[in-house]
Amino acid sequence: MHMADALLSPAVGGTFWAATVGAIAWCAKKVQQELNDRKVPLMGVLGAFVFAAQMINFTIPGTGSSGHIGGGMLLAILLGPQAAFLTIASVLVVQALFFADGGLLALGCNIFNLGFFPCFLAYPLLYKPLAGNGQNHRRIAAGAILAAVVGLQLGAVAVVAETVLSGISALPLQTFLWAMLPIHLAIGLVEGAVTATVVLFVRQARPEILDCAIGGQPPTARPIAKLLAGLAAAAVFTGGVLSWFASTFPDGLEWSIEQVRGKKELAAPAEGIHGMLAGFQEKIALLPDYAFTIGEQKAIGETVAHRAGPPAWPAVDAGTSVAGLVGGSLTLLLTLGLALLFRKRRAIA
Amino acid sequence: MRSSLLIEIRDLAHAYPDGTEALRGISLHIRAEESVAVVGANGAGKSTLLLHLNGSLISRHGTVRIGDFQVAKAALPDIRRTVGMVFQDPDDQLFMPTVAEDVAFGPLNLKLPLAEVERRVASALERVGAAHLRDRPPYKLSGGEKRLAAIATVLAMEPAILVMDEPSSSLDPRARRTLIELLAGFGHTKIIATHDLDLVLDLCPRTIVLRQGQVAADGPTDEIFADGRLLAACHLEQPLRLQACPVCGEKSGRLPQKGERL
Amino acid sequence: MSTIESAFIDLQRLDRLAACDSAVHRLDPRVKVLITLAFLVCVVSFDKYAIAGLLPFALFLTLVIGLSGIPSGFVLNRVLLAAPLALLIGLFNPVYDHQPLMRFGTLVIAGGWLSLLSLVLRFCLTVGAVLALIATTGFNAVCRALEQLGMPTVLAVQLLLLYRYLFVLVEEGLRLNRARVLRSFQGRGLGIRACSFLLGSLLLRTLDRSQRIHLAMRCRGFDGTIHTRNPLRLNGRDVLTLTIVLAALLAMRVFDGPMLLGRFVTGLMA
Repeated sequence: MHMADALLSPAVGGTFWAATVGAIAWCAKKVQQELNDRKVPLMGVLGAFVFAAQMINFTIPGTGSSGHIGGGMLLAILLGPQAAFLTIASVLVVQALFFADGGLLALGCNIFNLGFFPCFLAYPLLYKPLAGNGQNHRRIAAGAILAAVVGLQLGAVAVVAETVLSGISALPLQTFLWAMLPIHLAIGLVEGAVTATVVLFVRQARPEILDCAIGGQPPTARPIAKLLAGLAAAAVFTGGVLSWFASTFPDGLEWSIEQVRGKKELAAPAEGIHGMLAGFQEKIALLPDYAFTIGEQKAIGETVAHRAGPPAWPAVDAGTSVAGLVGGSLTLLLTLGLALLFRKRRAIA
Repeated sequence: MRSSLLIEIRDLAHAYPDGTEALRGISLHIRAEESVAVVGANGAGKSTLLLHLNGSLISRHGTVRIGDFQVAKAALPDIRRTVGMVFQDPDDQLFMPTVAEDVAFGPLNLKLPLAEVERRVASALERVGAAHLRDRPPYKLSGGEKRLAAIATVLAMEPAILVMDEPSSSLDPRARRTLIELLAGFGHTKIIATHDLDLVLDLCPRTIVLRQGQVAADGPTDEIFADGRLLAACHLEQPLRLQACPVCGEKSGRLPQKGERL
Repeated sequence: MSTIESAFIDLQRLDRLAACDSAVHRLDPRVKVLITLAFLVCVVSFDKYAIAGLLPFALFLTLVIGLSGIPSGFVLNRVLLAAPLALLIGLFNPVYDHQPLMRFGTLVIAGGWLSLLSLVLRFCLTVGAVLALIATTGFNAVCRALEQLGMPTVLAVQLLLLYRYLFVLVEEGLRLNRARVLRSFQGRGLGIRACSFLLGSLLLRTLDRSQRIHLAMRCRGFDGTIHTRNPLRLNGRDVLTLTIVLAALLAMRVFDGPMLLGRFVTGLMA
């Protein structure tokens, strides 16, 4: 599943952007150093191949529904981790720009979820050791399936974590996990099976292609450890900086984290709303003519809170609600009017 | 253009890694500004021969000389500047976002100054009559336009020798005619591998017939096309223009005389 | 498959739209990329219950789309096509979030409904903004802008090649698929195994093609880097637009326009 901009808070989006940018820069450097100019067109057409492959649907046994492959693990096997990561990134950029899959801010998350796990964890830690030198068909199949499953599961966990941390969706962590993991287990098994069959098919038809396609040297442990450390540092740094920004906005990273931990579930958002209202009050105070004064607002807020019981209730304010509704409607009308105007002008022209 | 330029192939043999012997001992001379057709059945070795001409393939058996250079790794930059190759599928050759950028790709790699690159792009596109396609992306061109653009990308390198693989394949009759007229106007040495024998009739006074990796015949086009048995043995057929008309029984074909432009 | 196929047709449509001309089209691609990013950050940084505050951004987007002459129906259509996912996740909000947040007389509205509405709104805005960017700029120009804004050249070249061969390979994939569907009956021949072989042969062809392209590149002096010409140049108009729009976006983010407007109107009535 792709993360969408609409589900994302700037702190989470920014953190994953930082991690992804770091990984892309590292991969770009590695691929350039490799000096295998054959890979330039190869990566390009394989990226396009992923789209073409998604045209070819298959029926999933037992369900009657149909699916297509994602292709991440296949790219890792054909290109090696760094080039595959860049190729997956390019595929996701095109999907974000043209197919409205995800979005620009969510791109960092999506590249990380769908690229990092298969290329830098599942491929080197599972596929490589299992498939070995690629002589044994069963080991290739087992490696491809296991790596695809694990890569997708990690990706699914990351989607859940990003959504919950962002706090835009109210879906609780556990429910979301229970929904995502089994679905992605099934998807992973199918993806792995197709990947394995395709790799074996290519191996049989043109044994030289796999070796020549991979070309570069297998990844060693050290650079990956360095990459991980660098990414973690980048993520922590941006996370810190952004959460400082975020805490000045009502939707803080902190309260999302608190919500995940299950503590102060009601109090925390109330603080957020309260903070926002306090902000309004300050602004409104600059314009003293307005009918709703600060005192009045507080009074209404308190009465509602008393009637409903729990002390941590947000200050519900009829004045703000009405003003927001009136102003919002006017803005909406203005927007529609503008749209109609442009439409008319276009029709005349 | 160096008029003394000569292509000399001596005893060239090539086998692919899977063991297929594509060429088995080919020897040829091609003079400057000559226009030569290479014909033969599928798998006769035409494409493999062409790939040796610009060093895309380098064989250990036999030699290929282009003018003063022997085709070898060290001479590749010079060879590729001299020998321009037009591939069978223009989609493989047009890989940049717009036609102009694609035409500029080669000159930029030659590290020419930008003004010179610009001049070459303009003149190459002008030459093939595709100046209006400049800023179009390649996937929006028709088959004929793609072919013209592909030829322009090669012309921008200002080669002395043009090597073409199936230039008229999958073109509609009108685009094919445009292409033939265009090629007839070029003063380059031309080596054209094709199944389109009518095109050979229009463009190439000399024809080389390949069969199973060897030269089965090499001579004036009209003599070769008159030899029905040879053509049949090589999975070829007389061009329609040379066959008797099924309605009136007359032959309409004729070969271009030396030096004549169509 | 039909959805991908139609998305592919849309892709070509977007490409055609990008070739049109308008004040928005003429802006430097980098300016448009930066404005889009600022717009997105502003929109997603709103509180999860924000609705009124997001509306000025809808106004802004409508203005941009109107000025650029992109048919608004097309953008709306695309947004709706992509909407089910956001709705699916958003529908859980009213289920889990019962805090009362708004009151009109006796009607109290729970936070979940507000956040659902907010989520849908931000979904439309974010998707719409990206569509507007690509429809007024074109993919290649966006790539070039990103490259000049610091994206590694390897990735820029990768994106350009991917986009170029997308059209070639998707058509190949569609042809293969059509040939298969025409010869499969009652679901036979559509299984995973048959599909894998089809994918395998498509992959082999793709690998062959990459070798041919590599050859064609080498024939024209390719040595591992692709040189490009015409670096983008900012003019005064671009800089001015960028400054004004960024300031406007920031103002829209900081000051809640509809709320001020609403207070003003209700104040007049009181």
